[in-house]
Amino acid sequence: MNRYKTEKLIPYIILTVLGIMFLLPLLWVLFASFDPNAQQALKMPSSFTVNNFTSILTDPANLRSFGIGLFISLGQAVLVVVVAVMAAYPLSRYALKFKKPFMYTILFMTALPITAVMVPVYQLFIYINMQDSLIGTILFLTASGLPYAIWMMKNFMDSVPLELEESAWIDGASVWAGLRKVVAPLMIPGICTVAIFTFSGSWGNFFVPYILIQTPDKFPASVTIFQFFGNFGMIEYGKLAAFSLIYTMPSVILYMFSQRFMSQGFSLGGASKG
Amino acid sequence: MNTNMVVSPTVTIKENTRKDHTLVKSILFLLPAWILLLVFFVGPILLTFYFAFTNLALTGTEAKNVQFIGFQNFLSMFEDPDFRISVVKTIVFLLFSAVIGQQILGFILAVLMKEKNKTFRRIIGIIVLAGWVTPEIVVAFCWVAFLSDNGTLNLLLQHIGLKPVTWLYTFPMVSVVVANIWHGTAFSMLVFQAALDDVPKSVEEAAMMDGASRFQVMFRIVLPMVKGSIVTNMVLVTLQTLGVFTLIFSMTGGGPGTSTQTLPIFMYNQAFVNYQLGYGTAISLILLVIGIGASLIYIRSMKVNL
Repeated sequence: MNRYKTEKLIPYIILTVLGIMFLLPLLWVLFASFDPNAQQALKMPSSFTVNNFTSILTDPANLRSFGIGLFISLGQAVLVVVVAVMAAYPLSRYALKFKKPFMYTILFMTALPITAVMVPVYQLFIYINMQDSLIGTILFLTASGLPYAIWMMKNFMDSVPLELEESAWIDGASVWAGLRKVVAPLMIPGICTVAIFTFSGSWGNFFVPYILIQTPDKFPASVTIFQFFGNFGMIEYGKLAAFSLIYTMPSVILYMFSQRFMSQGFSLGGASKG
Repeated sequence: MNTNMVVSPTVTIKENTRKDHTLVKSILFLLPAWILLLVFFVGPILLTFYFAFTNLALTGTEAKNVQFIGFQNFLSMFEDPDFRISVVKTIVFLLFSAVIGQQILGFILAVLMKEKNKTFRRIIGIIVLAGWVTPEIVVAFCWVAFLSDNGTLNLLLQHIGLKPVTWLYTFPMVSVVVANIWHGTAFSMLVFQAALDDVPKSVEEAAMMDGASRFQVMFRIVLPMVKGSIVTNMVLVTLQTLGVFTLIFSMTGGGPGTSTQTLPIFMYNQAFVNYQLGYGTAISLILLVIGIGASLIYIRSMKVNL
């Protein structure tokens, strides 16, 4: 009996140790951000302060970088969703000869590492006079996010029953209106999932804006925080931790949101009945 | 189709015009995606193949007169000891952080978490996922602080009577590998959790009844059943790790010396620090070709129904 008990206990012990090991590096950011004199090592703050946060958030340069990051990520997410929903429509609804090779190409593209093309992209941006342009960066990020988005959207759209759309056509709606007013609203969970993943992906992306944007005034948060680390990182640990925490928050919150959509599952089966 | 022969001509014409209609509509719907993908995705890939054979430079005379120089970039690349070092570093980084680290740790986590107390499972899951959701650059800061001379790890070592270690200087590769495992493991854990949930409990129980040990059940029954997921996950994680730039760049900058200079860092240094865009692109091409190869394996392993 005893042996059985210890055998059951071992996984809990291993998991607890692993959990602590995973938690330790993260705890430092949390504690240091509220510590008035944070050091490199993890320690309980002797007193709590929000000064680190206020000093980061009252600096107009930081606020602008958050704004720019938001502009890039939101712009990309909106573009990706609109273009991917449009592209998914014929792929889901019509029998097309080029569908199979196209979908394979899309799947292939989802796996390619973007890092590998950044040098030629930089050169391309010089040729088409788009270097140092936020819009150009958004367009490049949109293209790099599209393969995954089209793949997901097509699968989501496949589960929206055709009958609902057909009844809209009978009522005189065009294909475009049917897509906008019938199909898209039924795909909200899918659209949100794609939008969130796209947003988080570019919000956390440092390499692309670091290569494509040169003017410091146009840096999004990911690049500003890197520079902050280089300039003050070795002195102002508390501020760096606060900056990191603020910067990480959108990714965490959006991830939790996306989990809600996913756990709700895809209950479109009821739609055809109702 | 045979039925086409008996269909009256008017119907065929009608069907043809309808087909043309859907084709035109399809093209209109797909056009924005095609344009974006062509200009910003396919374009750069084609440019990689072109620039890799030129002497393109960021500044100087070569910046204006781009010349085709054949395999010169590749010849100098294979003679460049730094390139050889980078290849080795990339393989070490891939092997230990992706193939061994994330895969095995992710699998162990998924196996151990199976059928555990629900709250406990959730807490461990959230902690592991936190490392995954955290942006790469913040992951780098966390680990630079954690491993620094006066950091948390050295503090713990001193508590148990060991001497502090200058981790980022003495063991830079170990440092970036561990940080990348910390950041990436959740993905493998999620994949394996889903795969393990699909293994029917009755199969395991039947084997146990027949007297199979826990290890036999794991290696003879469960592992072969989730083999597909392991292959797919392995390829995906390899592809993700192949492209890792930010983490290494902000933790060690590829150094000290060349000790963590993987191919993406080497590519960046050649193109943007030494201003040799052509040479940098030749390195990109190597990355791209490896990426294309792995992606093709990925598609095959997916066995998707389209």
